[in-house]
Parts: sequence; C-alpha cells; structure tokens
Amino acid sequence: MQDLLYFLQQLINGLTIGSAYALIAIGYTMVYGIIGMINFAHGEIYMIGAYTALITITGLASLGVAWLPLILIVALICAVLVSSSMGWAVERVAYRPVRGRHRLIPLISAIGMSIFLQNYVHLAQGSRNIGFPALIQGGFQFGDPDSFQTSISYMQITIFITTLICMTALSLFISRSRIGRACRAVSQDLGMANLLGIDTNRIISATFIIGASLAAVAGLLLGMYYGSVDPLFGFIAGLKAFTAAVLGGIGSIPGAMLGGLILGVSESMTSGYLSGEYKDVVSFGLLILILLFKPTGLLGKPEVEKI
Amino acid sequence: MSMLVLEDVHTHYGKIEALHGVSVEVNKGEIVSLIGANGAGKTTLLMTVCGNPQASSGRIILEGRDITRAPTASIMRSGIAIVPEGRRIFSGLTVEENLHMGGFFKSKAEIRKNQDHAYELFPRLKEREHQRAGTMSGGEQQMLAIGRALMSKPKMIILDEPSLGLAPLVIKQIFEIIGHLRDEGITVFLVEQNANQALSLADRGYVLETGRIRLQDTGANLLANPDVRAAYLGG
Repeated sequence: MQDLLYFLQQLINGLTIGSAYALIAIGYTMVYGIIGMINFAHGEIYMIGAYTALITITGLASLGVAWLPLILIVALICAVLVSSSMGWAVERVAYRPVRGRHRLIPLISAIGMSIFLQNYVHLAQGSRNIGFPALIQGGFQFGDPDSFQTSISYMQITIFITTLICMTALSLFISRSRIGRACRAVSQDLGMANLLGIDTNRIISATFIIGASLAAVAGLLLGMYYGSVDPLFGFIAGLKAFTAAVLGGIGSIPGAMLGGLILGVSESMTSGYLSGEYKDVVSFGLLILILLFKPTGLLGKPEVEKI
Repeated sequence: MSMLVLEDVHTHYGKIEALHGVSVEVNKGEIVSLIGANGAGKTTLLMTVCGNPQASSGRIILEGRDITRAPTASIMRSGIAIVPEGRRIFSGLTVEENLHMGGFFKSKAEIRKNQDHAYELFPRLKEREHQRAGTMSGGEQQMLAIGRALMSKPKMIILDEPSLGLAPLVIKQIFEIIGHLRDEGITVFLVEQNANQALSLADRGYVLETGRIRLQDTGANLLANPDVRAAYLGG
C-alpha cells in the first residue's frame, strides 16, 4: 500500500510536469513540421511568458485586485499576447529572411535569437531569480496520515485541466478549422499550397503564434508551480520540451503530447526511485536512445507516398 | 482574345539559363499543348507562369495584366490554376480537405458549389470523400489534383504531364476530362510527353527544344509534320 501510494505520487508529479512539457513541445513540433527548422528561441518565448505573467500579477496586486480568477485570467491573457507577438516577431526578423537557405543558417539564427532574448531579460529583469507567488494553494491528501501520503495539489490539477483544454482546443483547431487545415497542407507541401493561392507566409506566422501562445500558458503554469523564475528558466525547459518533441516524433502533434508525458513521468520516477540528480541524465539519455534506434520518434513516421 | 501571353521570357536557375527567350500565346477557350523532350524546359515554362521561379526578363501577361513580377500566391488567385507535375496532392489530408484547399480563398457557398461540380466530374472522388488522399490509386490522385485545381473556378487551367505514370485506360479518361473542360469554357494549357494524344486534342501546339520554341502550329499540322513525327511520335 505504501509503495503504491509512493508510486502514485511520482506518477502525479510526472504527469503534471509532463503535460507542461507537452505544451511547450507543441511549438517545436509545429514549427518543425511546417518549415523544417528547430526554433531554439522557443524556450525563451516560454520564459518571457512566465515573466510577463509575473509582472502582470505583481501589477494587479499593487492595484489592489484580489479576486484570484481575475488575476489569473488577466495574467494568462497578457502572457499569451506578449509571447505570441514575440514569437511572430522572431520569425519575421530572424527566420523569414534566411528561409530556404542551407539548414544550418536558420539554426544559427535561432540560437542567436535565443541568446539575445535571454540576455535581454537578464538586462531588463536582472539575473537573480524572482519569486513567483503561489496563487493556487492547498490540495487533496490520500493515505494514512501517520505514514506516507499521496497528495495532489490544486496547482497540479490546474496544470492538468488547463493543458487538457489547450490540447483539445488545438486538436479541434488543427483538424476542423480552415487555417488548421491549411497548416497541415503547408506542412506537407509548402510550394503546392502556394500554387493554390494560399499565402503561406501567413500560415507560417500563425504557426509561430499558436506555438508561442501555448508556451506562454506553460510559462504561467510552471512559474506558479516552481515558485520562481530567472532568465535561464526557459533554457532547460526548452531542451526538455525539444526532447519530448523528438521522442514523440518531431512534426507530429499527438507525438509531442505523448513525448511530453513520457518524459515527465520518467523524470519523476527517476527522482523518486533513484535520485533527483539523475533526472536530466535519464531524459537526455532517452533522447540519445530514440535518435539511435528510432530517429522518427514514437509517433512520427517517414512519409510514404504513392507514385 | 488572348488569355496568356509570354513575351521573350528568360528564366534562370541560379546562373544557368533554362529558358532562352520563349514567346507563347494562349487564346481564350483554346487547348494549347506544349510538347518537348525531357529537360527541354516545359515544367520550367509553366512554373515561370506561376511565378516560381520568376522570369529574369521578358513579360508574362494574364488577361491583359502584367504578372511577371507578381508573387505566386497572388498570381494563383487571379483566375489561373495548376495541376502540377507529380500531382502533389496533400496525401495526409482527406479528399474533401484537398478540394477545400483548392478553394481556400473562396467563400463557403462557392466552395460547396465547386465541390459538387468536382464530384459531378469525378464521381469516384465523392465515393472517397473522407478517405486520406494518399491511399488512393495514381489515377484517382490525378483526378483529385484536377478537381482541386477546379475548386478556384479558374478561367485557365495548366496541366503538367497529367498522363504520367497512369494506365492507358485512365489516360483516356483524363484526356476526355480535358476536352470536357474546354467545353465548359476553360482555357487549357497542357504540357505532355504523350505528344500524340496531346496534339490530337489541342487547337494549337508548341514544340519546345532546350529552352527555345522550335515550332508552332495547329495541333493537326504538328501531328502531320515529319520532323515532329520523327522526334516525338516515334516516326
């Protein structure tokens, strides 16, 4: 019973962090799917989302706003707006001018953008980590109060539910809406979409905006969950989400969701049963294994076309 | 009345010139066939009309409007549609979704109307409406590519090797449809290696050889021309 409760606790922690990874991973995978590049500045977009949320929350608090749902919704909206305009601008400034060149050139441009944004936040917000108020407190406890108890915090439940809503909305958008259909068409054959009169640049911008918005949601959630942010906040999370995207099959949206969850759970299991120090070893070890034995990822498949 | 005019068009791929001053005219309501060997520049010529790549010099005029420097997406919104070489259908999308992409910038009502029309022309597509396009046979995919091009209700349709890799029976069907398109008043600009069928159907034809127009005449005259017969029709 004890063991089961302990296991359950690791699972809950893992799914929480994993669903946030999945939210960030969507941005990597959609951008890769559509223009075949890894947007290494995506982790910074997520970090900026977290900072924006924090600034908004602090601002609202100083204005005397105390109603929690209002604070959260305004923080969410601000984070999404700032991050998505940032995502849009990064594509316009750093990627569009070098699109179609050798693959290394956009990659270098992306790394440059990542360094720039990180250092910009260093300058603007300082290098030290800033406390993020734990707005959502409390939770449920299971098990014998005298020994190990499994707990689910309201914060974890919020992360779950928000992720679920975002993923459902995204899936519906991609499968049903006109722009979503165009995203899928462009990711399959950009040149052909262009030959049908579709303004592919606008579809690419839409992809960056969607990815950045989801990253901003993750930024707000994980900022509250971890309780602090710093300018390097996006670096490791970005790498993890990138790993999740590759694990699930880069270019595949369900793959990114699955990859995020698997990565989150394997990390928390490592922390729970081995040691927290090994969790990065395990996640990047997974990345190496998947690249060695199944480079297309779990749900990614090489496109088979009939001639 | 000319639908499309190319005046002394040169096209480069990097430093290599692929078209050395090509002039072509397609009149409204005509079927014009362009024939030529592999590597003559047929696909380049069609893609230059679509603005990808853009002509390095010369002029391309679509219904009196100069489109030489226009971006691809805006050219393709001005009454012209292409069935490209190799079909290039979106294999991961369903048949219906592929059709909708063809009418992306049209209103919902127009999409519905044009979709019904495409299903009328190709009842097979209606049967496979919700199937992933990549799972269909080559002939069905070609029908889908033509149906998709018709979704924007074009005045002119460009077809690049529509018979390539298809069974003779399917080729016959495709050529029948091309004839039918003309009857509907759509101008057809056709590129084919299958010179015999392309010229039989065409009002006029052009022979392209290593980036230059060698011959131009009515379809019937080109079919009878001994040089053309020797070079493209197997003697």
